[in-house]
Amino acid sequence: MNIREIRLSTTPTPEAIADLRLGDIVYLDGLMYTAREGVYMRALEDQANIPMELPSHSAANFHCSPAARINADGSFDMGAVTATASFRFAKWLPEWIAKTGAKLIVGKGGMTSKDYKDYFVPNGAIYLSTVGYGTGALLGRGVESVQAVHWNEELGLAQAMWVIKCNKMGPFIVASDMNGDCLFERENAKIAKNVSRVYEGTKPAVLKRYGESDDRTDEVI
Amino acid sequence: MIPINLIQSTAETLMDKAAIEIPQDYLDGLKQAAKTEDGDLSSFVLKAMLENYEAAKEDRRAMCGDTGVPRWFVKMGNDAQIEGGMIALEAALRRATANATNGVPLRPNRVHPLWRTDHDNNVGIGAPEIEYGFEPDGAWVDLITVHKGGLFGSDYRMLFPSDGIQGIKRFYLDSLMAFGKRGLACQPAIIGIGLGGSKDICMTLGKRASTLRVVGSKNSDPEIAKIEDQFKELGNSIGMGAMGFVGKNMVIDCNIEVGYCHTGGMPMSVHAFCLSSRRAVARIHADGRVEHRTDPDWFTHYQRRETIDWEPVQEAAE
Repeated sequence: MNIREIRLSTTPTPEAIADLRLGDIVYLDGLMYTAREGVYMRALEDQANIPMELPSHSAANFHCSPAARINADGSFDMGAVTATASFRFAKWLPEWIAKTGAKLIVGKGGMTSKDYKDYFVPNGAIYLSTVGYGTGALLGRGVESVQAVHWNEELGLAQAMWVIKCNKMGPFIVASDMNGDCLFERENAKIAKNVSRVYEGTKPAVLKRYGESDDRTDEVI
Repeated sequence: MIPINLIQSTAETLMDKAAIEIPQDYLDGLKQAAKTEDGDLSSFVLKAMLENYEAAKEDRRAMCGDTGVPRWFVKMGNDAQIEGGMIALEAALRRATANATNGVPLRPNRVHPLWRTDHDNNVGIGAPEIEYGFEPDGAWVDLITVHKGGLFGSDYRMLFPSDGIQGIKRFYLDSLMAFGKRGLACQPAIIGIGLGGSKDICMTLGKRASTLRVVGSKNSDPEIAKIEDQFKELGNSIGMGAMGFVGKNMVIDCNIEVGYCHTGGMPMSVHAFCLSSRRAVARIHADGRVEHRTDPDWFTHYQRRETIDWEPVQEAAE
């Protein structure tokens, strides 16, 4: 087992990005912001002004709602942080990446290789997956401070744009690269060989369902 | 008479423990899995998870950023009396949920399905769910909180007697394949299977099988217990591990619960209780003693009874 560990800035150089390989373990330093459906809709559909300088302050978009609170004196307490599944943000990501110059999309489960080839690679962006999923306490330790919470009143604590300062925050796994290859699809292909064997002896259910796929090597995302 | 303030303070402690402390049975199961895992990425993931549980306990912070949707199972001995009655108990559990959301802190996950209104406290219409069970004897109340996470990993299907065990096996595998890829189910998980009941109860049985039975427990029907063992092995033979990476640990345990169903059907549900299997239990006795544990011990002989009446004699024989 030879897993590479890398410290990476949240405003990474193109060279640093190009050097990343599928399966590398990454720890982040610098500012990272959370943005998911609430932020995307507000910024892209409602055309609200994004309340921070992107990408100069941060090129790392975390698909995350933290377990956190805003205290009465305006300070913040952040406990655990983990990611939410990213595939459902594909609708907004091309425009978001183009508009904000995001280079690191950090989340759960990754996107498809088609997404990577269509709009990650052309924008010099890659995908980092959280580990587990659920290393919330370890990631929480990597949050040096909460710098700001934007749009809390409009979107609520879970959907707000949290700006956090990362200090060796991790682990994350590199799940896409500059070829547009996808770590999860690579693993799926290895597992696919075994699928017919585990299904041996079973037969389709008596009552069928309308559906998109009966091929167990397909994905449902 | 059990004082209502003791119910609320115990409930707040349980919210905290559930979010932060991985139950010992799941931890032992995962350590065992980590020993056998030989996929390099899967191994890395399991190792990171074990470190994460330690970090959570050391820092007293939630083990996962998605702290799930808090819910309550309340079980009472037949002689239990609550100060202020059940309305007071429900208010105490709702207050404890809200207080702990801010206190731990937990993620305020609960929103209105249409308007997405978030009270930032995990309380709202029908939230937290409070479900009840009763036992023939005792003046105690058991408070069980489960913070089940995950939008993925659960499914329901109406099967029929002609589908048989092979049909059950296939739908079980379908659920693992669909939600195991990319680790959407946050496996290795405690897989709960509900068989029978009406449609809603089928889902309830599966959810309770995954969340209210501990790793290593067996169904009291020895034939069902055998299927549980076979299904655990089957799930772990797919070749898929944590995060959907190549590996041999997908299922930490498989628990099956059954209920009588319509003679023409065989409804089935599948649930996955994830790498952060958050549950905590306390028994509050009439004299004010509080005993904490992690085994809900929900599925007693009484809960699985088949007879019309429950005779004290029969209970003594169990």
